[in-house]
Amino acid sequence: MRELVCIVCPKGCTMHIEQENDGYKVSGNTCKRGAQFAISEMTEPKRTICTTVRTVFPQTPVLPVRVSAEIPKDKIFDVMHEINSVVLEKPVSRGDVILKNVLNLGADIIATSDLLRQIET
Amino acid sequence: MQNYDVLVIGGGPAGLAAAIAAHKNGAKTLLVEREARLGGILKQCIHDGFGLVRFQEKLSGPEYAERFIEEFRKQKIEAKTLTFVTRLEKTENGFSAVLVNRSGVETVTAAALILATGCRERTAKQVNIHGTRPAGVFTAGTAQHFTNLLGELPTKKCVILGSGDIGLIMARRLTLEGAQVLGVYEAKSTPSGLTRNIHQCLHDYDIPLYLSHTVTRVFGADRLTAVEITKVDEKMQPIAGTEQILECDALILSVGLIPENELAETLGVQLDPRTKGPVCNAQLMTSSDGVFSCGNALHVNDLVDYVSESGEIAGENAAKYVKTIRKEIPIKAGERLLYAVPQKLNLNSNNQQTILYFRSRDILDGCVFKIIIDGQEVFSKKYPFLRPPEMEKLTVDFSKYQLSENSEIQLDIEVKSHA
Repeated sequence: MRELVCIVCPKGCTMHIEQENDGYKVSGNTCKRGAQFAISEMTEPKRTICTTVRTVFPQTPVLPVRVSAEIPKDKIFDVMHEINSVVLEKPVSRGDVILKNVLNLGADIIATSDLLRQIET
Repeated sequence: MQNYDVLVIGGGPAGLAAAIAAHKNGAKTLLVEREARLGGILKQCIHDGFGLVRFQEKLSGPEYAERFIEEFRKQKIEAKTLTFVTRLEKTENGFSAVLVNRSGVETVTAAALILATGCRERTAKQVNIHGTRPAGVFTAGTAQHFTNLLGELPTKKCVILGSGDIGLIMARRLTLEGAQVLGVYEAKSTPSGLTRNIHQCLHDYDIPLYLSHTVTRVFGADRLTAVEITKVDEKMQPIAGTEQILECDALILSVGLIPENELAETLGVQLDPRTKGPVCNAQLMTSSDGVFSCGNALHVNDLVDYVSESGEIAGENAAKYVKTIRKEIPIKAGERLLYAVPQKLNLNSNNQQTILYFRSRDILDGCVFKIIIDGQEVFSKKYPFLRPPEMEKLTVDFSKYQLSENSEIQLDIEVKSHA
């Protein structure tokens, strides 16, 4: 049996997971998403990451970005390496794709701020 | 001289929500912000998890803030950025405020004020660490500013003192950018931050958390070179003989937040020693008529969703404000509560949708939250657990109860077992 704290919402339920013949039995969760998270933690743990990319604009040296979908936990530092090799030379808007399908993981890197748009105007 | 119905001080999430709500309720509103950009601290909170309660989405800080900034602009509400409020005074019909910015000094008047001034981090000077005064001692918020806004990593190898949420978030952030976080040290025997942040920021990255440990000394001439870590007893006093030296180039502090109420104090607003914010009624009006408080200036929130919510309450009520006689009774928070907001109920106001925020003093398992009016239990709610870092919110209809000027409202937690 494994105990873990749910990170899906701020409630932070303590859940217990037991392995059964053909799957897992989750207890302690108070919603469906909690059970899904618990099972994914046992099979293929996933996370989102939020970071910044460099820009050429002196007033805004970095722009915040995040992954558009969860990525495998063990690929976090590989994805960070990809993001840190980018330098933005043109202003982008919030939601714009900075890196498409990063490392073929099915997630894009997207801008999370309109900061560079504000510089232009 | 410009005259407004409502003057909002602070352009973070509380002030933005307050200004939008005041405007939508028909008030001529001005928002004053000292920084160049609106958004407050959310500008540098690039991590996600904002808006889960409000939008059922996991947004980053800038995304959450920009939703409100866009609405603020769409409503064409007036804002003055890079502007400081240097003085507030009561006048016959409301308030006058002295504003200072690049175009000079001006005075504006307003019938009602909303203080959305946020909170400040406790600094190294407030936690009394011995040793030299080298560079490399930062608050977590300063480290966050360097990393996320300036793009400069402030450390290669650091120790974090305090397990507040920003410290946990920065432990992960610095690790992602290639810095080594030797550990998070917490003087208390329980963590200060949200449980989910202990898991997703520390456990995920194998960053150790040491409870009942503190930093007792810093070393270094120009730049920090090492810190001394010591175990502490239940009274948080260092235990001799348990010292160890850790080499690092930075000490990052996440040792608590204090509501910012310097301007409120100049108006004689009464503060609650427990929240360190103003004593308010359910309309979020302080002890001074026409002065409202919201967000982290009112009490330190763990979720921005509740900051926005309190801004909206203050904004709507400030817009509707007309001076009337108040008939207020206290809402007393029992011993097992760390605090509760609001602290008062005005019987001359509509209290049908009173929002109560509270925190437990200790980690409690299997408990019941109760509202007792004049010795009679009128409301109860079960909680499988309560933890001080995780604020609870309830909406209560106080108009249902027989309340008079002599009534006493008591909030209590009954516990079945201690954790």
